[in-house]
Amino acid sequence: MNDASRAEVAIVAVAELFRGDGEQLVSPMGLVPSLGARLARLTFEPELLLSDGEAYLLDAGGVVEGWQPFRKMLEVIVPHGRRHVVMGANQIDRYGNQNISAIGDHARPAKQLLGVRGAPGNTVNHRTSYWVPRHSRRVFVPSVDVVSGVGYDNAAKAGPSAQRFHDVHRVVTNLGVFDFGGADHAMRAVSLHPGVSSGEVAEATSFDIELDGAGVTRQPSTEELRLIREVLDPSGSRDREVRS
Amino acid sequence: MADKTATADEVVAGLEDGMTIGIGGWGSRRKPMSLVRAILRSPVKDLTVVSYGGPDVGLLASAGKLRRVVFGFVTLDSIPFDPWFGRVRESGAIDVTEYDEGMFAAALSAAAQRLPFLPTRAGLGSDVLRVNPSLRTVRSPYADGEELVAVPAQELDVAFVHLNRADARGNAQYLGPDPYFDDLFCLAAKQRIVSVEKVVDTGDLLAEGPVQSLLLNRSTVDAVVESPHGAHFTPAVPDYGRDEAFQRYYAECAKDPDRWPGFADRFLSGDERAYQNEVARFAEETK
Repeated sequence: MNDASRAEVAIVAVAELFRGDGEQLVSPMGLVPSLGARLARLTFEPELLLSDGEAYLLDAGGVVEGWQPFRKMLEVIVPHGRRHVVMGANQIDRYGNQNISAIGDHARPAKQLLGVRGAPGNTVNHRTSYWVPRHSRRVFVPSVDVVSGVGYDNAAKAGPSAQRFHDVHRVVTNLGVFDFGGADHAMRAVSLHPGVSSGEVAEATSFDIELDGAGVTRQPSTEELRLIREVLDPSGSRDREVRS
Repeated sequence: MADKTATADEVVAGLEDGMTIGIGGWGSRRKPMSLVRAILRSPVKDLTVVSYGGPDVGLLASAGKLRRVVFGFVTLDSIPFDPWFGRVRESGAIDVTEYDEGMFAAALSAAAQRLPFLPTRAGLGSDVLRVNPSLRTVRSPYADGEELVAVPAQELDVAFVHLNRADARGNAQYLGPDPYFDDLFCLAAKQRIVSVEKVVDTGDLLAEGPVQSLLLNRSTVDAVVESPHGAHFTPAVPDYGRDEAFQRYYAECAKDPDRWPGFADRFLSGDERAYQNEVARFAEETK
């Protein structure tokens, strides 16, 4: 079991985000989140619903079990709220604000990114988690440039309608698993991946982060490793997204 | 029954400087690219483009056609960023109205329903409200008293969409997995232009898809442009998928100011037939 790569530990950590989600839609963006969601469905959360990234819901055997065009997603599924999304993030701050829109001044950005996409709506409507393949000071910033996904401080400032369904759950990175259970919903470490030190995380985060009390992220089980290696990602793409 | 068939150049000749144009599809998927290419050939300028953006926005940016973009994202899907959109944003050449994806749909829905706005939770607490200072919130008149974003109606002068089939009357059909928001774009627009892979007899529309695939009826369509491979290099499934090799080439050239003039000269200086011929030659060369 100790031969699990960092990517494999991260996939299991992402899978754990979905524990307890039951029969609801999960929307993992990117490779490691997708592998994590599919691993969760193959093991401890068999009822999860997953799309093909386009308009079809596919079951664990790859059989089409539903139709979910983008319009239904935005007009029904997101506001209805039975969904857990795992998004990427170019920047995240201490209170869970996320930026995928632009770096610098919005009127004339130093770097144009994707745009806010569905992040504002996702974060005020249903559970949202984030995946960061390279934990660094560039990503974990004191204050994000364009608030796309809404963090705890901004939800509170915006009032009860923003807070009512707001639920920024966790952030999984190549170094550990984090939540917003610190003072005033500040980010804190839930667990660090095996072999990662507190100093390493503090060094890679540009704001003060609560590290006391963090556990060690669990190792993948033998069966989980078999599923990852033989069923979900036989070509090993995971190790290109996360270096060991 | 009126024959609404027209050429891309004919419909684009009706555009005026400063118009607000909605473009259907999603990202780099089923975009009315032949109509976009016709705009590139026309003198029209200062456009406001409303789009779930992909290379439609990039190409219009490359030719200096844009004054404003109303968007939730601009992406090539398999390539995260469109280089031309990045360039015009980073140089400050265009204005933007950046919305959450759901707010964007609400803006079109409000226009389609002739409402001044629609309320939504999306946007609350985010910088969408900061960067669009004209946006207002609205308080529920009921006991809950919730305060929500009032997304203003986004009316369109013209909507451009690309579907798989239509008849000459303007009944139009999508055969792929997702209708995107194409019907909503048409309902929000004064003038509605549909390009299709193939114009067929009305009686043949149900030969390839179920009745639910008839997305647009003729009361919401003003012109039909037959345009085989008209979505290239974006996909029009099931007729064809995305031309990934060509999209990569577009993105590489768009990134490099030294290579772009050659790309534009080869692919965008002639008419649609010349474009499709060059694309076929490119496919041969890169096989």
